Amino acid sequence: MPADALAHGLRRLGAGAINAVSRLGYSTRFFAVVLMHSPAAFRRTRLTMREIYFAGTLSLVIIMVSGLFVGMVLGLQGYDSLNKYGAGESLGIFVGLSLVRELGPVVAGLLFASRAGSAITAEIGLMKTTEQLAAMEMMAVDPLARIVAPRFWGGVISMPLLAALFSMMGVFGAYLVGVRLIGVDSGAFWGNMRAAIEFWPDITNGIIKSVVFGVAVSLIAVFEGYDAKPTAEGVSSATTRTVVGASLAILALDFILTVFMFRGLGR
Amino acid sequence: MTIPRGKVVAIMGGSGCGKTTILRLIGGQLHPQAGRVLVAGQSVPDLDREALFAMRRKIGMLFQFGALFTDLTVFENIAFTLREHTALPDAFVHDLVLMKLNAVGLRGTAQLSPAELSGGMARRVALARAIALDPMLVLYDEPFAGLDPISLGVIGQLIREVNDALGITSVIVTHDVYESLKIVDYLYFVSDGHIIAQGTPGEVRASTDPFVRQFVDGAPDGPVPFHYPARAYAEDLAVHAR
Repeated sequence: MPADALAHGLRRLGAGAINAVSRLGYSTRFFAVVLMHSPAAFRRTRLTMREIYFAGTLSLVIIMVSGLFVGMVLGLQGYDSLNKYGAGESLGIFVGLSLVRELGPVVAGLLFASRAGSAITAEIGLMKTTEQLAAMEMMAVDPLARIVAPRFWGGVISMPLLAALFSMMGVFGAYLVGVRLIGVDSGAFWGNMRAAIEFWPDITNGIIKSVVFGVAVSLIAVFEGYDAKPTAEGVSSATTRTVVGASLAILALDFILTVFMFRGLGR
Repeated sequence: MTIPRGKVVAIMGGSGCGKTTILRLIGGQLHPQAGRVLVAGQSVPDLDREALFAMRRKIGMLFQFGALFTDLTVFENIAFTLREHTALPDAFVHDLVLMKLNAVGLRGTAQLSPAELSGGMARRVALARAIALDPMLVLYDEPFAGLDPISLGVIGQLIREVNDALGITSVIVTHDVYESLKIVDYLYFVSDGHIIAQGTPGEVRASTDPFVRQFVDGAPDGPVPFHYPARAYAEDLAVHAR
């Protein structure tokens, strides 16, 4: 009966759409409530500092090592391409711009989502599973203020700093390969880079991106943890949803932000 | 169902019969679809968030597996409510926490993390945390589940002693008849959302009610059937058609 199958398909489509919209609404309300509770997170600086340590400091190794390698590869590939046009000396510009504008925020964001985002989701999800959140509510303490808001802000504050460190290590890696290994003139490498990269708009755009990514990843991570089904399966699928959702959000937001930024530049 | 001030009352029933739901109604974590919940004269479902939180400060709750905060030490777990709800100086909090821990016999574990405690110890720490603010009412969700015989005895005795020493009211949700009969003042038997029997421990022991008997004697079949509701056995099996 094709009519039945069609009706069934439509019903499923409709249910999926309703579900998606209601989840979007729920997560937006969740975001608003987290923001409302944020002053409490800042009044208790110690809690937020602790989360900056867990999300930021503990991500340093992976972020810095990845930055170094990405920079070294950029140095090799960039030099190879640029040298074909006799522009090997511009390696500094190429590496600096791509790291500060794109690769720094995006790759650091992706790494941050899988390293810190997944940890935040799993932690909050497990707290829910072991009734710690319910216990806190019964003690008249709102878990959104005590658990969620500090983790959210810990992520938001860490992310731009990690992106900056990623870019720095990337530039250093490109310097090692380009100048030390291939023999690009050191003065040209640094001088061209300094002349071509402006604080406004290049670096500020990179900062804006990393802040936006930080908000997106942290929000997705705390939301998925808080919304997880309180079972082992629920926590595991919530962790997966965080990494997948945050990664896609970063890439999509990056495109949108880049479009706006380039329009603003009139290029 | 009435729970008198100063008494230890057990709510008993099989797994999944709505016992824990009763605790969540008392604590205001769930909203009743019908009926009333009064705690110290206040209607819980009608309280706004602020009043509900004010009421919860006077209620301690012990969760089934303790629900200790895994990111804090034992000491900080008990200090948690004191720090959140009072402006007591650190030295005072320190002494209060050690007094509560001493009451449950675990002063020596103050600096351990909850992961280092055994199940029974975790539950005692959770009890110390539940009474940190000297509540008027303590709710126990399955305090006896999964404990060895010694820990069982210790928890049972602690519930009774804490209740009498601090003059609080205790509600225990459990399916452990044997332990409950030793310490409680009154029992309710719940099944399918209804109270089906009640009485003092003496009355329960002497009861001839089939449900109570099944529960007290631990009989596998009776008013609570062994089989989950299903179609007739023969219908479910493939051979019946031939």
